[in-house]
Amino acid sequence: MSKATDATIDHFVKQDYKWGFTTDIEQDSLPAGLNEDVIRAISKKKGEPEFMLEWRLGAYRKWRGMEEPRWANLRYPTIDYQSIVYYAAPKSKKDGPKSLAEVDPKLLETYEKLGIPLHERARLAGVAVDAVFDSVSVATTFKAQLEKAGVIFCPFSEAVREHPELVKKYLGTVVPPGDNFFASLNSAVFSDGSFCFVPKGVRCPMELSTYFRINAANTGQFERTLIVAEEGAYVSYLEGCTAPMRDTNQLHAAVVELIALEGAEIKYSTVQNWYPGDENGVGGIYNFVTKRGKAMRRAKISWTQVETGSAITWKYPSVILQGDDSVGEFYSVALSNMRQQADTGTKMIHLGKNTRSTIVSKGISAGHGQNSYRGHVRVARGADGARNFSQCDSLLVGDKCGAHTFPYIDVQNPTAVVEHEASTSKIGEDQIFYLTARGIELQDAVNMIVNGYCKEVFRQLPMEFAVEAQKLLGVSLEGSVG
Amino acid sequence: MDTLLEIKGLRAGVEGREILKGIDLVIRAGETHAIMGPNGSGKSTLSQVLMGRHDYEVTGGSVTYLGKDLLELETHERALEGIFLAFQYPIEIPGVNNVYFLKAAYNALRKHRGEPEIDAMDFLAMVKEKARLLEFEDDFLRRSVNEGFSGGEKKRNEIFQMAMLDPRLAVLDETDSGLDIDALKIVAHGVNSLRRKDNGFLVITHYQRLLNYIVPDFVHVLVDGRIVRSGGKELALELEERGYECVEQHAAA
Repeated sequence: MSKATDATIDHFVKQDYKWGFTTDIEQDSLPAGLNEDVIRAISKKKGEPEFMLEWRLGAYRKWRGMEEPRWANLRYPTIDYQSIVYYAAPKSKKDGPKSLAEVDPKLLETYEKLGIPLHERARLAGVAVDAVFDSVSVATTFKAQLEKAGVIFCPFSEAVREHPELVKKYLGTVVPPGDNFFASLNSAVFSDGSFCFVPKGVRCPMELSTYFRINAANTGQFERTLIVAEEGAYVSYLEGCTAPMRDTNQLHAAVVELIALEGAEIKYSTVQNWYPGDENGVGGIYNFVTKRGKAMRRAKISWTQVETGSAITWKYPSVILQGDDSVGEFYSVALSNMRQQADTGTKMIHLGKNTRSTIVSKGISAGHGQNSYRGHVRVARGADGARNFSQCDSLLVGDKCGAHTFPYIDVQNPTAVVEHEASTSKIGEDQIFYLTARGIELQDAVNMIVNGYCKEVFRQLPMEFAVEAQKLLGVSLEGSVG
Repeated sequence: MDTLLEIKGLRAGVEGREILKGIDLVIRAGETHAIMGPNGSGKSTLSQVLMGRHDYEVTGGSVTYLGKDLLELETHERALEGIFLAFQYPIEIPGVNNVYFLKAAYNALRKHRGEPEIDAMDFLAMVKEKARLLEFEDDFLRRSVNEGFSGGEKKRNEIFQMAMLDPRLAVLDETDSGLDIDALKIVAHGVNSLRRKDNGFLVITHYQRLLNYIVPDFVHVLVDGRIVRSGGKELALELEERGYECVEQHAAA
């Protein structure tokens, strides 16, 4: 690239995280460090039944014997797990602001700049939902609709108290408490998350995104989500938000478990935009996530993710294709700008016969970002007629970033068909010149090219969210190119 | 008549190698100029420099467009001011819909002129009308920009875009290369239908053939980064007959 374009790249790459802000909030916290007493205290504060405490302690004991995995293509300083505060509840709603008028004007100003809708602002600012006229009516309508359909959708902590039999039956059946270092840590100390249960034959009457985004609680740094779709049920769930997440915790270790019983379908979409750190890589969230679904006979699980945030991303949403004729899908856009590092991909484990999986991964590296795709396709001996198609594309923006692909393919059945396609391309000077020569500004041109490149994945997102995701990608990439 | 473009002593090159060695050229409104020349004479460089490609460094001279210093403007600003380059090798942009792209370009132009965005239905009607001019099927509108287009379709798409954006000054960079005679006629018809008293064309070509269909007012011969001869349309025929060697010798002498 020419000198002129290098200068443009530098200029753009040095832009600030537009959506970042900090707030000091009073918290009800436990002292730093992790031991059995801390876990007992967490469980007690949450008013959990005995089985939950035992489950947490079991996970903790496993975790103590484990080592932090270092195989990922990520560089970050050693994490001191004893210096972390494992329980910090946000101030209860009673103590929170009663209306937007009581919220720090600076915070409101930030929301204004982001163009966040009014009812969302209140939620994000921690205003007690009851005090917000707009969302209370909407949320109540949703709640009534869900109840009518028999769908249970509530905070995880509430599910533990209200539906212990369901939690007991399904929790840890896909990601066991001893699964991996971060999942075990999560199992021991998880803060909160979502629980969703869709009974047999029910098609969830709405995208759970809508409800979730209005009503979501502050889930904390160790989020735990469990979604169960019974026989023939369908649910589409959306996690995350393009808006900034108020967060003072650097380490995040979430676990998401999906269970799709016979003939059920779960569509899980994520948009993640946590603080990525500054241009020198200072600050930023470390995100170590375990997401896995189990698909029984003729069931389908589909993961779609748009990852633009976090300093470190370690995340492999996977599907165990246990039942015959089950289907697994993974569509991903992962962007690493500045000093961000992402090691992400999926695992498709074919156990049942005639199981099918599709992987479409679009990595984008800009600035000094490092983006790795890590995928594992396994076809077990009994998985006759299994098929997988993987497509892993990498797009480089500028010449200081990197893209890496680590596909692992393990086929033990001769009737399986596994296809893998990979490409790496550099965002073309020619493409940019072509668009700008038609009067389109540089940054718009870059956004257009990148969005075009990600189209296959965006198509999988719920409509309104696809539009937001495109904008988010634009903002995250702002000025990464010349 | 209004002067659209005035190039004076333009020198430009890439990576320290000088390609344009002092070009002088004036294009007035209503005129069509052809630049002909052998391979490597600097024809494409001239088109890229006029559009502001960063890879090329201007080392001397000036370019004035409608009274403005063109060299001070960024590529997209030049486009918004009414300059259009029909590319010799149109680029594919996967996943970006043709119409979406055109609409973005068209609205950028409107915004620049202080006009509101065009109504979607009006835009579509305009697209269909111009597409007919270039004999495009509707399905091409649904495709990604230039993706999977044949060479001829790509060139037609350039002229189609030109028709949509209606520039004051259009630079056609070897638009005839790779076209069969039918496609050439379609393209030429498209260009001719856009010629008016208030706009101008700079047609860059290696062969005389295109100029049978887009008849220029002036022909310039570019050899080794300099215009060595200028004349009327008959000059193109002379070149066709005698080849570039004669002018090259002429230039050397």
